Amino acid sequence: MTQLDLIRNFSIVAHIDHGKSTLADRLIQLTGTVADRDMKAQMLDSMDIERERGITIKANTVRLEYPAKDGNTYILNLIDTPGHVDFAYEVSRSMRAVEGSLLVVDASQGVEAQTLANVYQALDAGHEIVPVLNKIDLPAAEPDRIRQQIEDVIGLDASDAVLISAKSGLGIPDVLEAIVKRLPAPKGDRNAPLKAMLVDSWYDAYLGVVVMIRVMDGVMRKGDRVRMMQTNAVYGIDRLSVLKPQMVDIDELGPGEIGVLTASIKQVRDTRVGDTITHERKGCEVALPGFKPAQPVVFCGLFPVDANEFEPLRDAIEKLALNDASFTYEMETSAALGFGFRCGFLGLLHLEVVRDRLEREYDIDLITTAPSVVYHIYMKDGTMQELHNPADMPDLTYVDHIEEPRIKATIMVPDEYLGDILKLCQDRRGIQADLSYAGQRAMVVYDLPLNEVVFDFYDRLKSVTKGYASFDYNITGYREDFLVKMSVLVNDEPVDALSMMVHRDRADMRGRAMVEKLKELIPRHMFKIPIQAAIGGRVIARETLSAMRKDVTAKCYGGDATRKKKLLEKQKAGKKKMRQFGKVEIPQQAFINALKMDG
Amino acid sequence: MDDWRNGGFGLYLHWPFCQSKCPYCDFNSHVAASIDQGRWQRAYLAEIDRIGAETQGRVLNSVFFGGGTPSLMEPELVAAILERVRATWPAANDCEITLEANPGSVEAGRFAGYRDAGVNRISMGIQALNDADLHRLGRLHSVAEARAAFDVARGLFDRISFDLIYARQDQGLDDWRHELREALAMAADHLSLYQLTIEDGTAFGDRFARGRLRGLPAEELSADMYAVTQEICEAAGLPAYEVSNHARPGSESRHNLIYWRAGDYAGIGPGAHGRLTLGGVKLATEAPKAPGDWLQRVERGGHGEVPRVALDARDRAFEYLMMALRLREGLDLTRYQAMGGQLNSSKINELVEIGMIARDDSRLWATAQGRMVLNAVITELAGD
Ligand SMILES: Nc1nc2c(ncn2[C@@H]2O[C@H](COP(=O)(O)OP(=O)(O)O)[C@@H](O)[C@H]2O)c(=O)[nH]1
Ligand SMILES: C[S@@+](CC[C@H](N)C(=O)[O-])C[C@H]1O[C@@H](n2cnc3c(N)ncnc32)[C@H](O)[C@@H]1O
Ligand code: SF4
Ligand SMILES: [Mg+2]
Repeated sequence: MTQLDLIRNFSIVAHIDHGKSTLADRLIQLTGTVADRDMKAQMLDSMDIERERGITIKANTVRLEYPAKDGNTYILNLIDTPGHVDFAYEVSRSMRAVEGSLLVVDASQGVEAQTLANVYQALDAGHEIVPVLNKIDLPAAEPDRIRQQIEDVIGLDASDAVLISAKSGLGIPDVLEAIVKRLPAPKGDRNAPLKAMLVDSWYDAYLGVVVMIRVMDGVMRKGDRVRMMQTNAVYGIDRLSVLKPQMVDIDELGPGEIGVLTASIKQVRDTRVGDTITHERKGCEVALPGFKPAQPVVFCGLFPVDANEFEPLRDAIEKLALNDASFTYEMETSAALGFGFRCGFLGLLHLEVVRDRLEREYDIDLITTAPSVVYHIYMKDGTMQELHNPADMPDLTYVDHIEEPRIKATIMVPDEYLGDILKLCQDRRGIQADLSYAGQRAMVVYDLPLNEVVFDFYDRLKSVTKGYASFDYNITGYREDFLVKMSVLVNDEPVDALSMMVHRDRADMRGRAMVEKLKELIPRHMFKIPIQAAIGGRVIARETLSAMRKDVTAKCYGGDATRKKKLLEKQKAGKKKMRQFGKVEIPQQAFINALKMDG
Repeated sequence: MDDWRNGGFGLYLHWPFCQSKCPYCDFNSHVAASIDQGRWQRAYLAEIDRIGAETQGRVLNSVFFGGGTPSLMEPELVAAILERVRATWPAANDCEITLEANPGSVEAGRFAGYRDAGVNRISMGIQALNDADLHRLGRLHSVAEARAAFDVARGLFDRISFDLIYARQDQGLDDWRHELREALAMAADHLSLYQLTIEDGTAFGDRFARGRLRGLPAEELSADMYAVTQEICEAAGLPAYEVSNHARPGSESRHNLIYWRAGDYAGIGPGAHGRLTLGGVKLATEAPKAPGDWLQRVERGGHGEVPRVALDARDRAFEYLMMALRLREGLDLTRYQAMGGQLNSSKINELVEIGMIARDDSRLWATAQGRMVLNAVITELAGD
């Protein structure tokens, strides 16, 4: 067990790509936590998708031992937090387990939208913040200007910001010293009853459920019987470890320490993030405040392409949910797609990450239906229904009005792209709330409907600004608008998986875009296929996919039989990636791609 | 398990050499500096003996010398092979013996020798009737040479077929109409008309992948060309009896019908495939592709085959479906069902309704329209 004043717990907050993961790597390396030969880039991003997309999704933690200049060896616990807006909630949660933050800002780019959002969360959590200017090796780095910007925009004293290059390793020792000298040590009483915060939990194929904890008071030992105060479940601790980042077993954890435990916990659902863990006997009286669970804001249906894969999909979703408390699911049946799940996500990236993992790790081909936000349907009888799925839209004669969620979007963008951004926001039914400048960057605040943002707004934003804009949002409330359900008919059959709620003024344009896209995405069949978008019984857009005219192998003799057979078998297998709607086969990617708009 | 009798029994002999490699061709063909034809003869004869022992007493309906360029074989070699064939199997009265020939002047000089050896049908690869296109196809002969070789063949053989490749680069619909009429004017009793296929692993395939093969027809034009081909040939008395093959009724290639009717055929020579029903089991046979490899295996190991594969009921039925639907006559439903083949009647009805297939009590066939999209028809019918 470690003396409190020799512990520092911190997280790193940064806008995406400002160098958080690289800095974490350097800290791990410099403290010799991982031998050089075992070092791989982005140590803490362990999931494939994280590594591939270069984003941190699950908060991860590592314990470093640092012999400081004052002669003491400190224990530093670093919790790595996700940078993307979808995961803001996880950020705020893990921040509650630590006392300070390193605020990493790219010295060539300056403050971005997520810098702001994350720093406010750190301040909310009562953190001491050490500004770190990264990438000073770049010729475009302007540490003085960025220092000033931090003071102007965030109101944080940046005069003794640490200047570093996480890439080259320059300044990393100064970061370690700053952590020790400038961040506060945790507080706690080792003689008080055990009080530990359940920070996170995940499912590990070998270990079962792993629970990450931060001890506030008291001492937790291997073999102890502990109670989860919210669920009242009691477990014996099988194993107590710290993460370096591999698990290293330890006998006990005292106040201020962060580690993980395993007990015979069956599923992550049995653990509540934010719960308080205490001893079964002589437990503490008052629990920690706890966190409110994350609210999913985007919903979509996930169906197996092959209807026989419903059971494997159920297993996979249950396993994934074990690891992701912010993802919700319930069974759904669709006329066309059969059995599947209606799932809720924190945002579109979250949706894509979950879908990718299901496809990749569990090898299930999925159809993703049109993502939808949660609408409030006010009925004439005065009741209100939440609508998660356009297919469930009640009969309009009973509906009084519909409200949709709105957001406050903060966008930071270089001057030259401001016009494009304003146009994009305007096109998406935005109302400008604020426009100001921080250096040569404009900061625009828009009030936007979430349904216009949820799908491809971020992609469009990136493409119209060549990646120079940054974006963050929070939901502000609900407002009434003229919303209608648009359905899509393929070969005269409605495809409920493609129906969506749209604003009446945008319906014609979206309908047209949708049928045009579908015409490209659906392969030609032996017959022609009308594709229509409709509101109620009225068709608002129509295209016809002409019939396939020629698809035949010119030569096929004795020697070709085997080869041709393989070819046709491949074609047959290809059909398995499609779903049948009436007589029409629609490929799985068509569902998600049909919704992407070019404008 | 005598089902193969419905298709007959044939022998395919593969000659793997050509004078040069055509850029579109993915057949097992190689250019060799010198060929020891005596050595090849011993190998072919040994293989005939080996297969003959397994298929004793079967009546032979056809022999086919395919390539490569079999017209590079010395007539003596062809004669020796056919002599051994006759000594091995009883031949049907109308046994068809075809040799594939390239229409060069040197080849034409050997035609008489082939006839004397017993060949009774010639299939010539003329490919195009204009010199510029022959050049683009990498062919060594001119139109004039091809016509001359064809005339030589006409003087020697009753049954002659020739091949054309159409839907070529920059070929228009009218260009093809015109060329096809010319072809029909010279045609004897059989024509093979193939749309140019870009095959992986060929020079054209590589160029295509790099975006360097321009002027190929889009689906619409290629469909129109195909439709026009059917019309013109039908009117000229050479209707299609298979996707790409046209004949005066009665002059269909018996050898190729064995493939499409799922008969048995022995395959001898590098890369040759065979289907042999032995001991009640239908076997797929295959020979190693590299000429030197095949030759050595026959010489040393006693046979030129890779391990045989037994086809299960599903494979056999699918193969039969896939091959038979290429024929205008289509599929014999009783045979198909006896093999264990299954058909989904609602799928059939759908395809009938949209005009892709037709059926009566005993047969099911693709319509002219259905034959144009046969791959899709087959995948639909074969279901899962
Ligand atoms: N030139 C330079 N590039 C850096 C530095 N630190 C990080 N990068 C690069 O910036 C990109 C984003 O870094 P990463 O650590 O993944 O950022 P994160 O998204 O905040 O975790 C990567 O390509 C890094 O190699 C630095 O100090 N100098
Ligand atoms: C075994 S090949 C060659 C026969 C002979 N060596 C010749 O070239 O004349 C039989 C026929 O297939 C056709 N063929 C070969 N490759 C083709 C391709 N890629 N596309 C269309 N037809 C092709 C040609 O018409 C050729 O005559
Ligand atoms: S088309 Fe004929 S001549 Fe040309 S390479 Fe192929 S087999 Fe040989
Ligand atoms: Mg990262």
